[in-house]
Amino acid sequence: MKYALLIYTETSGEEYHQITTGLRQPGAAQGAWTDYTRAAREAGVLAGAEQLAHSETATTMRYTDGPPLITDGPYLETKEHLLGFYLVDVDDLDAALDWARQMPVHPGQMVEVRAVLSGMPWQQALTE
Amino acid sequence: MAAGPDRVTGIEHAFREEWGAVVATLARRLGDLQAAEDATAEAFAAASVAWARDGVPPNPGGWLTVTAWRKAVDTYRATGRSTAVNPTILNEVTEKPEETVMPEPLGDDRLGLAFACCHPALAVEARVALTLRFVAGLTTRDIAAAFVVPEATLAQRLVRAKRKIRETGIRFTVPSSPAHLAERLSSVRMVVYLVFNEGFAASAGAALVRDDLCDEAIWLGRLLRSLLPADPETAGLLALMLLHSSRRAARLAPDGRPVPLAEQDRALWNRMLIEEGSRVLDDALKLHSPGPFQLQAAIVALHASAGSYESTDWPQIALLYRALARLDPSPVVEVNRAVAVGMADGPLAGLAVLAPVLASGALSEYAPLHAAHGFLLDKAGDSERARGAWGRAAETSGNSALRDELLRRHEID
Repeated sequence: MKYALLIYTETSGEEYHQITTGLRQPGAAQGAWTDYTRAAREAGVLAGAEQLAHSETATTMRYTDGPPLITDGPYLETKEHLLGFYLVDVDDLDAALDWARQMPVHPGQMVEVRAVLSGMPWQQALTE
Repeated sequence: MAAGPDRVTGIEHAFREEWGAVVATLARRLGDLQAAEDATAEAFAAASVAWARDGVPPNPGGWLTVTAWRKAVDTYRATGRSTAVNPTILNEVTEKPEETVMPEPLGDDRLGLAFACCHPALAVEARVALTLRFVAGLTTRDIAAAFVVPEATLAQRLVRAKRKIRETGIRFTVPSSPAHLAERLSSVRMVVYLVFNEGFAASAGAALVRDDLCDEAIWLGRLLRSLLPADPETAGLLALMLLHSSRRAARLAPDGRPVPLAEQDRALWNRMLIEEGSRVLDDALKLHSPGPFQLQAAIVALHASAGSYESTDWPQIALLYRALARLDPSPVVEVNRAVAVGMADGPLAGLAVLAPVLASGALSEYAPLHAAHGFLLDKAGDSERARGAWGRAAETSGNSALRDELLRRHEID
């Protein structure tokens, strides 16, 4: 069964920009997230992982009767933004919670664990 | 929970136990509580016809499990319902339906079911409802009546919880790692004790219904202990509930007024429950792994064995509260410890324990804090300040019978 581990943080757009820029500098230290990702891959449970640009940079399309309306900013203005996610393929919720528990998150951050539905007709198109 | 003090009869529980065992086996195999419940209901309906016609089979439980399993298989074939669960089951069902084997009941199916119903990923109220419905086998109507909520609300709560279990992959198994087992088991115990306290603390509803909740919790405690005989805290929980229960008849005066421990007629305490509770506690303590439930049970056991309030072994009780505070620090424990210290070493010593709790303001709306304060001030001879504390106790009490009694005793208008 697949689970999305969604990582939320309160970091502001400016802070987030500085942190991510720093991490991309040549010679930046490999961090705990690298170890975590490697461990998940070596355990054979990693089905995907992405880190998102700050929600401040989001573009939202609003669908109405006419053509979609393009607006600057996220759909919901919240203090927390979705920083990224891991997709793990494990046996059950307890195993997914274990992978969430091992994440090197900071105090104040949150990880939401969501099961992924299977058997949806559209999913056949993924592997055609 | 229907009317009548003898409602929880042996026959009814035997029936519910059979029902719970069948649901547990089916749930483990199907990974789906709703499907397990539906199939079990069909099997019981079939039994009422077949057994009336052919007589009760030699192994009624086995008959019901096999029949429920066949009904579930039929449903899967008929609806092609796909689940996110055990693929071997689906293969069995879809590929060789004629050879569908009977599910092998496991000794711990019921334990696995309890662990799923009490999973920390579920809201506490959902855990309580699921446990009473599927482990204790109560009907939705009974549970709704016990918790004084509309039946539709409770049914909806159960539907949502069952869906979450199925869709998020909560398994009906006992966790294999010791760390997980400890964490999950503590949630199971917590749910059972919550049911007991809902009955014992009489916060809402009719007294009879509350008594029934205590009985259900004790029944669950016995079941848990039979499934986990080597777990000291599970035994401690059962002992605590039995020992608390022994005082049930003495806690209320004939006119419904609450009677404080100091004034209870100890002849009304149930000796059988005290004996059983003490025995269960002794067995737990022999395992040399004390925990909060064992310590609380030990405290209640000391009360139960005392001839009077004054001759109670207060120094020992104060020590037990100290040990409890170390394991599970909470201002509520400190309030109880203050009273014990006050009885053991005098009211000033008790007031000294209470002072930091009063100063922190953490429990300013907690009636027992103010009652303890009033009690210790009275003993110290400071009746004026005591009256103020008793007034706060009355103000903050959520229970109207208790509030009236406090006002009457302390002549507060």
